[in-house]
Amino acid sequence: MSDLELESPSTHLPPEEVETVTIRFAGDSGDGMQVTGSQFTATSAIIGNDISTLPDFPAEIRAPAGSLPGVSGYQLNFSSRDIRTPGDEPNVLVAMNPAALKTNIKDLEPGGILVVNTDEFVAGNLKKAGYATNPLEDGSLAGYRLFKVAITSNTLKALEGSGLPHKQVERCKNFYSLGLMYWLYDRPMEQTIKWIDEKFAVRSKEIAEANKVALKAGFNFADTTELFTSHYHVAKAKIKPGKYRNIMGNEATALGFIAASHVAGRPLFYGSYPITPASDILHELSKHKNFGVRTFQAEDEIAAVGAAIGASYAGQIGITGTSGPGVALKSEFINLAVMTELPLVIINVQRGGPSTGLPTKTEQADLLQCMYGRNGESPVAIVAPATPGDCFNMAIEAVRIATKYMVPTFFLSDGYLANGSEPWEIPAIADLPKISINFRTETEGFFPYSRDEETLSRPWAIPGTPGLEHRIGGIEKQHITGNVNYDPDNHDFMCRLRAEKVERIANDIPPLEVFGQATGKVLVLGWGGTHGAITTAVEQMQEQGHAVSSAHLRYLNPFPKNLGEVLKGFETVIIPELNLGQLSVMVRAKYLVDAVSFTQVKGKPFKVSTLVNKIKEYL
Amino acid sequence: MSENGHTTNGAVKLTRKDFTSDQEVRWCPGCGDYSILAQVQRLMPELGIPKEKIVFISGIGCSSRFPYYMNTYGFHTIHGRAPAIASGVKIANPDLQVWVVTGDGDALSIGGNHFMHALRRNFDLKILLFNNRIYGLTKGQYSPTSEFGKINKSAPMGVIDQPINPLYLAFASRATFVARSIDIDPKHLSATLERAAAHKGSAFVEIYQNCNIFNDGAFKGFSEREVREDRVIQIEHGKPLIFGKDKNKGIRLNGLKPEVVTIGENGITESDLLMHDEYSTDPLLGFILGRMEFPEFPVPMGVFRSIERPSYENLLTEQVDRAVANKGAGDLEKLLHSGETWVIGDDGEQTNGHH
Ligand SMILES: Cc1ncc(C[n+]2csc(CCOP(=O)(O)OP(=O)(O)O)c2C)c(N)n1
Ligand code: SF4
Ligand SMILES: [Mg+2]
Repeated sequence: MSDLELESPSTHLPPEEVETVTIRFAGDSGDGMQVTGSQFTATSAIIGNDISTLPDFPAEIRAPAGSLPGVSGYQLNFSSRDIRTPGDEPNVLVAMNPAALKTNIKDLEPGGILVVNTDEFVAGNLKKAGYATNPLEDGSLAGYRLFKVAITSNTLKALEGSGLPHKQVERCKNFYSLGLMYWLYDRPMEQTIKWIDEKFAVRSKEIAEANKVALKAGFNFADTTELFTSHYHVAKAKIKPGKYRNIMGNEATALGFIAASHVAGRPLFYGSYPITPASDILHELSKHKNFGVRTFQAEDEIAAVGAAIGASYAGQIGITGTSGPGVALKSEFINLAVMTELPLVIINVQRGGPSTGLPTKTEQADLLQCMYGRNGESPVAIVAPATPGDCFNMAIEAVRIATKYMVPTFFLSDGYLANGSEPWEIPAIADLPKISINFRTETEGFFPYSRDEETLSRPWAIPGTPGLEHRIGGIEKQHITGNVNYDPDNHDFMCRLRAEKVERIANDIPPLEVFGQATGKVLVLGWGGTHGAITTAVEQMQEQGHAVSSAHLRYLNPFPKNLGEVLKGFETVIIPELNLGQLSVMVRAKYLVDAVSFTQVKGKPFKVSTLVNKIKEYL
Repeated sequence: MSENGHTTNGAVKLTRKDFTSDQEVRWCPGCGDYSILAQVQRLMPELGIPKEKIVFISGIGCSSRFPYYMNTYGFHTIHGRAPAIASGVKIANPDLQVWVVTGDGDALSIGGNHFMHALRRNFDLKILLFNNRIYGLTKGQYSPTSEFGKINKSAPMGVIDQPINPLYLAFASRATFVARSIDIDPKHLSATLERAAAHKGSAFVEIYQNCNIFNDGAFKGFSEREVREDRVIQIEHGKPLIFGKDKNKGIRLNGLKPEVVTIGENGITESDLLMHDEYSTDPLLGFILGRMEFPEFPVPMGVFRSIERPSYENLLTEQVDRAVANKGAGDLEKLLHSGETWVIGDDGEQTNGHH
């Protein structure tokens, strides 16, 4: 009996089994929807579901309350099977006000569950959301299973006599709605209760208490009123044995760079200027000074990369992080690192462009900027993580490549990866790649631009080393001596040498893996944050017996050596991208394949169904 | 130092030659940069710092070629951004003595932002600004310090920008060391550089430098030997502001305005004159001295300010040390396993709640 209570906290109704559910919480930016969503995520992960999430922030910090631009959303997909995307269409939408309903209802699946906070559906809010009539009454929501809950007033009632100011009490309504959803999907409340205690303990015991009461009130309301008539259970997913935690892409990025610094045995320097969606990397790294991490919030992106180059020059792991507009500012300094052949990692968490563009939305349109967006022949290495957790691995790779080849290396993430989360199997430290850094100390035969035969990299000779005093700079270097040199043949030689050095990285990276058969009708080739959607779409096609495979590039410059071979195995190559065809340009130019470029720039990830439909055209 | 050329700690005493690189100096003959290079190379051995611990970092411009001629570590970076690189170097290795060499265009135009922020953070950098009031390397366009109305290549009808006063900028940025010197006065220059080298924190030295090709004689009006004593005022800590061949002229404050007075006239004595105080943390004195421009006033030379404040890199190092003391040296294993974790066993069974 007591066992049963632990397993399934609700006693009235036995839950129905479902495999996968997509929920979207939507409300005003002040409504705490990100907290609600991430709590639902954390609980689902801990009880053993596979999860994938997609927060959707408004660009404004606090647009006027109740307005359309002020709507903030959080979508998560949780499942008893292996999932890779936050879900195409929500099965459930929780709308905390009319504006949230208006902006999100078009995405809800037909017949989906719609929970609304009726208290907010008053004339003023309806007007702000552009509703002429109240949608809760005019029949326009007939196609959904509508559940009307007075979330605000119920929360106020539950907290009567708490002694907290009205405004504070009202703020607890997000926990009330979380409680409703916990009942509906049969989730335990312990994790969130613990989190509330930890989070609010310092600030105020009263607030912590109020949030817990609201959470339980929501849960009990659903339970006792049998509001939803039925509720659901999503069983544990079959997940590879191991120890897991939930991780967001930016967090994994920060941890990856700390791990890289650890395996390299050199302190990490991070120069940055705040910019969405990269700032969280700066926030995270600044917390870890006890790892010897030095964070430097510079006066602009130019100074941030300059300082990172300075730190590299002096022997630390120099990293700078930003988004596309910041990369534009950094380009001249990146070229200085190309010319002086110093290690440097540039994190670009891509967002919608051009210019300020869509700062809080995702896009993949900076690939060619990173590849070519500088003056002169300017070869750099580029890596791109495929999932939030993969940010950890590729961060280490970026440092390994940058330091081994003495070359600027882009770490090309995006808004979707940065803010998305997934269960992450925590790697064993002993299994992390090795990074060996050998500063030059031998004075005999030292020349600043002599070359390692295998990698073509030049020696890393840091200031403070006796006998190796030398000068470097942005003017063309004479081969070997590194002296200023304007000779035409030397320049031609050096341009080719720098390019060749980057090409040789291909000898040192894993071959491209094919998901599915090595030959077939269609290959879907992707890169970056589209991995989940592409793999899910391709898997569905494979289950239906189609000769469709996929491959995902995590190394974009140089490409893995077998890419050409992989492409040859298929009748059609489709390259889906959240840009207007940038990887396509590179692949077509290099391999002369007539690849199909399939693109979308809506600030949103691909839906699996969109990709499935496209693939079908080529079967 | 002992007589056999060894310092007392046994290290070999270096000479000027040790700091001279094998690269041919390529400035125009007669350029003021030569004299500055000579003074810096002369000063280096006096500092007693091993040359591998010295780094010269420059931007772009004639002046910024400087590091190539020093046999130390050197980094010729990009236009205006030397302070950014230097900041990273100092954070990574506070032990290095880092010199930044920059021009008026480099530091005040394209690099104005970095210049200001390096000073306010008080990185331990020696910043030498070669002010020739012109763009030398790009052949004679006006610079942010060019005089209003000056005719030059890019302003054939005269400059209509007001010039920047680099000292104002330094005081506004709360610089801890501010000085001015001139290429043609080697003794003064050498003494000023020595003071800058000894300062802990950002030491900013504006050096008037003649570009004999594109802006010849820019400082002639007050710097020529015959007129110098009457038109230049050497400021010294704790001393009244006195100048002139006969040492009978001085600067007195009239309200907040400086004015030139003659000692002995109208009952004026030394005690009426403005006293120089390098240690004043109030920027007012700096602004008063800084606004004294030729020909209205004699041009002040020397150390305007020298105050103490912890350097950025020391504060940062201190934070790192404190973080280690408070939280213990970073444990990667613990970090990766922080937050809520769960274990999936080989049987697919799950255990929760690990931290
Ligand atoms: C990004 C960039 N813009 C412009 C230039 C061209 N440029 C080189 S030096 C210089 C001006 C240098 O003037 P200053 O700093 O006063 O140095 P000087 O040559 O007078 O010593 C300019 C505009 C450049 N190298 N880089
Ligand atoms: S152009 Fe002027 S500043 Fe440049 S080297 Fe010649 S004289 Fe010196
Ligand atoms: Mg100049």
